[in-house]
Amino acid sequence: MYVAVKGGERAIANAHALLAKEGRGDAELPELSTEQVAGQFGVLVSRVMTEGSLYDPELAARALSQAQGDALEAVTLLRSYRTTLPRFGYSEALDTTGLPPQRRISATFKDLPGGQQLGATFDYTHRLFAEAPTEGPELADHTDGDRVSMPRVSDLLGANALIEPDAHPDQDATEPGDLTREPTVFPMTRAERLQALARGDEGFLLGLAYSSQRGFGSTHPFAGEIRVGEVEVEFDAPELGFPVPLGRIEITECQMVNQFTGSADSPAMFTRGYGLAFGRSERKAMSMSIVDRALRADEFDERIESPVQDEEFVISHSDNVQATGFVEHLKLPHYVDFQAELVLVRRLNREFHERQDHAEPVPSDLVPTVEEVLA
Amino acid sequence: MSQELIDYNIGYLDEQTKRMIRRALLKAVAIPGFQVPFASREVPMPRGWGTGGVQVTAAIIGEDDVLKVIDQGADDTTNAVSIRGFFARVAHVGTTTRTDEATIIQTRHRIPETPLSEGQVIVYQVPQPEPLRLLEPRETETRRLHALEEYGLMYVKLYEDIARFGHVAKTYDYPVLVGERYLMAPSPIPSFDNPKMDGNPALQLFGAGREKRIYAVPPFTRVESLGFEDFPFEPQRFDDPCALCGSTGVYLDEVIIDDAGASMFVCSDTDHCERTVAENEEVFA
Repeated sequence: MYVAVKGGERAIANAHALLAKEGRGDAELPELSTEQVAGQFGVLVSRVMTEGSLYDPELAARALSQAQGDALEAVTLLRSYRTTLPRFGYSEALDTTGLPPQRRISATFKDLPGGQQLGATFDYTHRLFAEAPTEGPELADHTDGDRVSMPRVSDLLGANALIEPDAHPDQDATEPGDLTREPTVFPMTRAERLQALARGDEGFLLGLAYSSQRGFGSTHPFAGEIRVGEVEVEFDAPELGFPVPLGRIEITECQMVNQFTGSADSPAMFTRGYGLAFGRSERKAMSMSIVDRALRADEFDERIESPVQDEEFVISHSDNVQATGFVEHLKLPHYVDFQAELVLVRRLNREFHERQDHAEPVPSDLVPTVEEVLA
Repeated sequence: MSQELIDYNIGYLDEQTKRMIRRALLKAVAIPGFQVPFASREVPMPRGWGTGGVQVTAAIIGEDDVLKVIDQGADDTTNAVSIRGFFARVAHVGTTTRTDEATIIQTRHRIPETPLSEGQVIVYQVPQPEPLRLLEPRETETRRLHALEEYGLMYVKLYEDIARFGHVAKTYDYPVLVGERYLMAPSPIPSFDNPKMDGNPALQLFGAGREKRIYAVPPFTRVESLGFEDFPFEPQRFDDPCALCGSTGVYLDEVIIDDAGASMFVCSDTDHCERTVAENEEVFA
């Protein structure tokens, strides 16, 4: 008899038990530890932290383990935890000029103060399966004994007024918004947009950036500078009156140098796009900077004709927690709505056939011939 | 591997968040049918699975409340079970499947058959709060249309349906005008349920988590389903009674019962159906 929807409670419990079993894999083999995941899947952990908007490698690793390697599920876990944390205040703005980079490259200058530093990168590796050494590869000796300062490429260009300034006169007049605390309303400020992009899905932003490069809203990007390194986070506690360091976080920053502007009234000048992500997230930071620049079309009186330039299109669809939830919610029962449609389609069909049955055939002598029509 | 347990606040959301949501709710009640933007938080279920409804319920629920959760009219569908279990765990509230015993009813896609009464709150889970969204994808534009009370777009859509099919081809999420002012999406309830919204003594709250909007219909508010003088709104009806309890004038689900596609019609509202069956047994006992 009719038992299809009964027993939901038991079904859920059983499904979750099965899920746990699947996730454990071979019980003879030891379980992966959080430390192992954090240490050996650093790039993936970075992605989960960036899109989860929470810098905590250990918790991100734990989320990945619990999610059985599903990055979006791990991001959801992290965000659901993050949102319950009380907010004490906001940190000082990060100073990335002082960031001692583990990696720093510029594609716009052959050499520059501080030099190019490859650091840990997949670039130039041959994508061949390597026989992994168990002890870990040996590192050649570090040769850069004394640390030289590495000014940002955009600051070098800025010194000659060849690029739009990093800061705008009134930018500190208003506090930047926080999408996780205040309602979002379009149009957004650039600060809010950047926050949304930082939380945005790497794959979606990559696709949008790629579409821009292929001509759908081109911004003529050059990778002015990409740097990866640890930066100090400072917090200004009101009772102290001065900022105190909270700790260091690893970040990836990308400054994209883009399409120049200029007219009869103003000198020619490059524009910029900006990308910032937690950990080692180079692809994300680069994509973000291209999309950021494309979304500034309005500021530079560019025609908005491609998806990547359209704020509502990009920002409304870049959040993968929202996207995956809504696409996957189609798994939930919809039989009430479907029933409503079914009833309507049946009725329309019935009416269609009734009309057909009752339609009297038109006598052939009343139908004009082609000649008559043309005459 | 030692991992510390993580403690969550009662009701899951922190108190600041609850206050923020309550403010949005108050504004929503003050302007019936108007979509109030709110800083929607993540909750521990996926977006699109009732995160708006969960946040509204979490913001209004107290220890004395009795919660009922339905999905497609049923108390025992998997997502309803999951959400009910969530609140039993994080808010320590009593739960029920009986419509008349509940103080808060969270619902997806249905309004119970048992009439709601004064003092009850019904919380709708809303996937798309903007009734004009499929006609105009841009938020900046639809906001302007609401401000100007410019709903011609929707009337043209209804007119085109009639011209093409002879009927309005919208069978669920059928647009309503609230308090003779704001066009509102009733969430994807079947048009069958639309008349229940009009002048309802219960407080009706709507939460759209992914879209970050909250709206409300206060008790005894006029809710009019759109129509024309010569083509007035017509809620869907079913010819057959429920095959289990014999109720008529209720919303029915079609259940396929064999390989040949034969089907039977049963109540979508499981609470109503079970109680009617029990009453019938008493009568015939």
